Amino acid sequence: MNLFAEAIAWILSPDRLGGSHPLPQAIGEHLFYTFVSVVVAGLIAVPLGWWIGHSGRGREVAVAVSGAARAVPSFGLLVLLVLVFGVLHKPEAAVTAFVLLAIPSILAGAYSGFEAIDRRVIDAARAMGMTEWQIVWRVEVPLGLPLLIGGLRSATLQVVATVTIAAYVNLGGVGYYIIQGLPLRRFDQILGGALVVVALALVLDGVFALLQHLVVPRGVTAGRTPDVRGAPTRRRAVVAQATD
Amino acid sequence: MIEFRSVTKRFPDGTVAVDEFSLVIPARQTTVFVGSSGSGKTTLLRMINRMVEPSSGEILIDGESVQGRDPVKLRRSIGYVMQNGGLLPHLTVVDNVATVPVLNGVPRREARARALELLDTVGLDRALAKRYPSQLSGGQQQRVGVARGLAADPNILLMDEPFGAVDPIVRAELQQETIRLQRELDKTVVFVTHDIDEAFLLGDQVVILEKGAQIAQLGSPSEITEAPASEFVASFIGAERGSRALRAKLTPRGTVLVDAVGRTQGVLVGDDA
Repeated sequence: MNLFAEAIAWILSPDRLGGSHPLPQAIGEHLFYTFVSVVVAGLIAVPLGWWIGHSGRGREVAVAVSGAARAVPSFGLLVLLVLVFGVLHKPEAAVTAFVLLAIPSILAGAYSGFEAIDRRVIDAARAMGMTEWQIVWRVEVPLGLPLLIGGLRSATLQVVATVTIAAYVNLGGVGYYIIQGLPLRRFDQILGGALVVVALALVLDGVFALLQHLVVPRGVTAGRTPDVRGAPTRRRAVVAQATD
Repeated sequence: MIEFRSVTKRFPDGTVAVDEFSLVIPARQTTVFVGSSGSGKTTLLRMINRMVEPSSGEILIDGESVQGRDPVKLRRSIGYVMQNGGLLPHLTVVDNVATVPVLNGVPRREARARALELLDTVGLDRALAKRYPSQLSGGQQQRVGVARGLAADPNILLMDEPFGAVDPIVRAELQQETIRLQRELDKTVVFVTHDIDEAFLLGDQVVILEKGAQIAQLGSPSEITEAPASEFVASFIGAERGSRALRAKLTPRGTVLVDAVGRTQGVLVGDDA
């Protein structure tokens, strides 16, 4: 049997449901860390990004900080934070590392969503007599939502992939199988764990793709050619009219 | 009545867009600010609803200084129509028109019903009410913009080059509609344009502006055409060449008027004809 088949066999083995580290539990931990980290990062980055986008202030700082933060090695950050927080606070240290990892994408999504809005639309909203809060909630948030969801999407993908290293500091998750398998040279287990992480990432990406599609305000897509694949039928319809 | 009292606007970069401007805009008439770009005409307009704050001087509406009023309430009491309509892309036509009344606390259902009536007023089919701005033509968007400006039933309507982005045929149609609306609704309209023909067509009072919002001439279209105050005005309105420079030509059937390029523009008739 080749390695892939062995890895799949490892995933599907009934042993994965029992033992000291059942796979469903590992997936649960993995998703839990991902979810908590993205939510905390969102609570910090979304209001901050909206403020930057609305006021136009602090944009250079945000760009520089998020650019630099992307370059921070997550593994090193995790180990450093565990040392700083102390071994009793490993979950907090891990979540902090993932939050720091997630913030740049979300921040960029939040402020670029606001910045992408036609200035004349904002100007018209203000000239009509909207207060600054009404401009934010009734105009900028709905119109900026697709890009924000895009930011959350890439942050989630980054975090779900990185949560794998949480196992290095004994916090479980799907990474456990990889970290544990390495010294044992259990390649089916290592690859199996990696495939599960990939599957989680793909599923989450799909969910966000759907969400992103749903939150695009209807008026923004209306009137545009919906899809290139829709074009041939439309063209036929026009030809039919022309020959009538 | 809107009154400008020696208003100056100096932007942070040092440009003086408006320099010591004073003017009285009579109520229930259309006043047109016309000038080339950089003449400060849009700045003047936007100072009325405090979208731009003057550096010095005062603007009064019915004797009350706008500086003392809350900008949000002031803007809601003044209709504003801008180029391209400035519609909110994520709201339907009817919700765009109903925006200001809803902000003012009118129940949504009532505001929508009123918005539908306004679509009739500006000559739009009610079937368009559920569409989004991106699904409308430029002229239709502009009409929605006018309907939105009228939605809160303001006494004052500010129009900032509203027909600048539509084609000439639609523009002519919208201009006629504006004249009709003004006759029916009796608002104080302040209109900004760079097109002198549009200014003469729509304005009861036309203000020709030079750089820094210096008034080159103020008067009715006839007064300006009959007696241009300066070389600048004469050349701006095209009195020496172009469509307003007409000369008489005798033909066997009477006198006709011919423009600068030799096209016959009309027939000269006597008072008794």
